[in-house]
Amino acid sequence: MNTDHHVILRVIAKMLIPVITMFAFYVQFHGDFGPGGGFQAGVIIAVAVILYALVFGVPAAMRAVPPVFTRSLAAVGVMIYAGVGFWAMLQGGHYLEYQALFHEPPGEHHGQHIGILGIELGVLCGVSGAMLTIFYAFAGRVAEIRDEDW
Amino acid sequence: MHSMFNGDFGIVLVNIFLLAILFATGVAIARMRSLFAIVMLSGIYSLVSAAWYVAVDAVDVAFTEAAVGAGMSTVVLLGAMLLTSRTAKPEKLFFRLGPMLVCLATGAALIYATVDLPALGDASSPANAGVGLTYLQVAWFETGIPNVVTPVLGSYRGFDTLGETTVVFTAGLAVALLLGFGERSLAERIRNESRPGERKANKASASSDEDPS
Repeated sequence: MNTDHHVILRVIAKMLIPVITMFAFYVQFHGDFGPGGGFQAGVIIAVAVILYALVFGVPAAMRAVPPVFTRSLAAVGVMIYAGVGFWAMLQGGHYLEYQALFHEPPGEHHGQHIGILGIELGVLCGVSGAMLTIFYAFAGRVAEIRDEDW
Repeated sequence: MHSMFNGDFGIVLVNIFLLAILFATGVAIARMRSLFAIVMLSGIYSLVSAAWYVAVDAVDVAFTEAAVGAGMSTVVLLGAMLLTSRTAKPEKLFFRLGPMLVCLATGAALIYATVDLPALGDASSPANAGVGLTYLQVAWFETGIPNVVTPVLGSYRGFDTLGETTVVFTAGLAVALLLGFGERSLAERIRNESRPGERKANKASASSDEDPS
C-alpha cells in the first residue's frame, strides 16, 4: 500500500519550483526597469530551494544544492560585488565608479549598466547563498543525538 | 457629501482595512500560545504589511517585505520552532504588567511622534525636497536606468549596498558557525540508508522518511 500522503503537494511543488526560479531571474534582470533587484531575487531563489526542502525533505535538498555550494556562493557573491569595485579602480576610477569601467564621458551609460548588473549578480549570489546557509543550519540540525552515537 | 466618493476616499478605505487587519493580527499574535500559529500569523502580518506598502507606493519595500518577511523569516522561524517546544508557557498576570507598560509607553511615544510627520507625498517634506529630489532630477542623465531605486542603491549608494551584502553574508556565516552547517542530517540519512533495517525515528528524519527514493 502506498503510504505517501503528500502526493498532491509534491506534484504542485514540482510544477511551482521552476516557475519560482524563473520569476527570480525575471526580478533579477528586470530590476533596472521595475521593482526588484538582486536582494529580492536572491531571497526568491532561496525560497524555491526551501520549498523543495520542505516538500521532499532536507536531505534531498542538500543533495540537489549542497551546503558546501551555498556557503561558497555567499562568499563568491560578496567577492563579485567587491570585484566590480576593484575593476573600476584598475580602469583608473574610484572604487565602484561605474562610469570609469569603459572610460566613458558623462551621459553615456554602458559602464553604469554593466556595473549595476555586476553588483546585482553579486548581491543575488551573496543573499541566496547566505539565506540557504541559514536555512540549512536551522533545518539540518538533528534534534537529539542517538544513544549509539555517544 | 459628494467628495466622499472620489479617489481619496477609496484609498482611505483601503488603508483603514489593511491597518485593521494588521491590528487584529498583532492582537491575535499577542494572545496566542501555540508557536506554530504565531509563526504563521507573523507571516500573514508581513504579507498584509507588504500590501499596505503597495498602497502607499513603496513598491520595492513591499517586494522585499513579501519575499523576506512572509517567505524567508517564516520558514526560518518554523525551523527554529522545531528545535524547541510547540507552545509558549503562560505567564503570570503580574509579570505581564511590565511588558504591557513598555508597549503602551512606546505606542504613546510613536503616536506623539506622528503629529510632526509630514503628510504622505508632501513635496516639501525633507525626504522629497533634499537629496531625493536631486536623485530624481539627475539619475536618468547620469545612469540611464528607468527605475530610480536601482541607481540610488547600486550607483549613488554602492558602498551602502556592499555593506549590506557583507552584513547578510556575515549573518549567514555567524549562524553557520553557531549552529553548524546542517550537514549532520545528511550524514544521518546516509548512515540510515547503509543500514536499511534499523531506521530510527527521530525528529530530523521524520520528514526525510517521506523521500520518494
